[in-house]
Amino acid sequence: MQYALLIYTEPKVMESLSEAEREALSADYYALRDQPGVLGGAGLQPVTTATTIRLAAGQPLVTDGPFADTKEVFGGYYLIEAENLDRATELAALVPALRLGGAVEIRPILGQAS
Amino acid sequence: MLAALIGYLGDFDLAEESVAEAFATAARRWPAEGTPASPVGWLVTTARNRAIDRLRRDRVLAAKLRLLEATRPAVGEDEVDQNEIPDERLELIFTCCHPALATEAQVALTLRAVGGLATDDIAHAFLVPAETMKRRLSRAKTKIRDAGIPFQVPAADRLPDRLDAVLTVIYLIFNQGYSAPGEAGHLAAEAIRLGRVLAALLPGHPEPRGLLALMLLHHARRRARLSGPDGQDLVLLADQDRSQWDQRQIGEARAILAGITASRGPYLVQAAIASLHTADSVDWPQVAALYAELAALTGSPVVRLNGAVAVAEAGDPAAALAIVDGLRLGQYAYWHSTRAELLRRLGRGAEARAAYQAALPLAGSEPERRFLRQRIAEC
Repeated sequence: MQYALLIYTEPKVMESLSEAEREALSADYYALRDQPGVLGGAGLQPVTTATTIRLAAGQPLVTDGPFADTKEVFGGYYLIEAENLDRATELAALVPALRLGGAVEIRPILGQAS
Repeated sequence: MLAALIGYLGDFDLAEESVAEAFATAARRWPAEGTPASPVGWLVTTARNRAIDRLRRDRVLAAKLRLLEATRPAVGEDEVDQNEIPDERLELIFTCCHPALATEAQVALTLRAVGGLATDDIAHAFLVPAETMKRRLSRAKTKIRDAGIPFQVPAADRLPDRLDAVLTVIYLIFNQGYSAPGEAGHLAAEAIRLGRVLAALLPGHPEPRGLLALMLLHHARRRARLSGPDGQDLVLLADQDRSQWDQRQIGEARAILAGITASRGPYLVQAAIASLHTADSVDWPQVAALYAELAALTGSPVVRLNGAVAVAEAGDPAAALAIVDGLRLGQYAYWHSTRAELLRRLGRGAEARAAYQAALPLAGSEPERRFLRQRIAEC
């Protein structure tokens, strides 16, 4: 099965890191990208760059900021192939964000032959 | 049987429907043709073949069918030996109690799939509308299928954590039956049955046996626990009519405890405490020591509160009150009522009365409230 690992981080924690810590973290994310079973993924620019669009009275309404105003923000994802949820959870446990108080939401991809 | 089918098909709904069809076929054919040599084997094989028929009709699932046929060929309905049916109840239990499911869904699914209880019955026992329970079960089954929750016993390194979740679910079922004997009384017996299955399937693990012993010891006292015309009054352990205790269950629990020498987990320690409570004269210092052991294992303030009661019974209510006053459990009725009891024993009547009154609005059941009102009247 394929799963998306949706990574949520606390911007405050990220900002508090030194340059060297940030580089080490980035290297860990790239290393995870090379694990067997990881098909792809991407990291996102900080949430301060986010723009949200919805329809208001049928018209597009563009606003500054993320969709949900929460302490943790969506920061990136991996797309993985795993035999079942337990295997997917093992891979998700390696996401560096977890060490910094973040969380990873594991979601199966739609439209797979089960 | 259902466990074997779910293990084979990996689909709760398909397994349930196929088993139902197999029973219906049996009801039609057995009276005329005679009961087969291995009735369970016949039913499993028939259900399996019905499931394959269903899958064959369903072209969307063609890929799944090819996989099934490649791995396990359909066999004739009269050719199976019951011994060939794999016992997959353990896999089923771990799937139902998977941490990716909400606890209330784990409880409902375990009762439905492992215990074989009807959905309406489970709804009634948990005081929710039948439709709500149906949706809860259906959502859980959909998640198992779509999120890829595996049908397997967890690997050794994950087993202790996952086993804790299973034990919690079984104990929740037991407590639901124990605390609401009217609507859900049969759940206590069902939990004991599940506990027996788990203990038998995991002989190398002492905690399932600890849970089984603990439930047996509580259940043994069920008839002596409530009194009054409608069983409305709570009877304290010391005041219970011991001739009403089920000595067979107490004996079975003691035999289980005597057979375990390995290091003790929380359920075994709780069972050891419950066993001491059923002795002719309770060894309170020993009970207090076991509570200290349990508090170290769990870090639970409620356990410390119970330990304080044992300290008081062992002869030191002042030390017990000091322990109780050090706990932050003001939202908990039993904290107030324990304080009240200790204050009463120390001759501080007015404070005792105030503490009983503080417990009253927090009490969870009518027998408990009646007990508290009685104490307030006596202070």
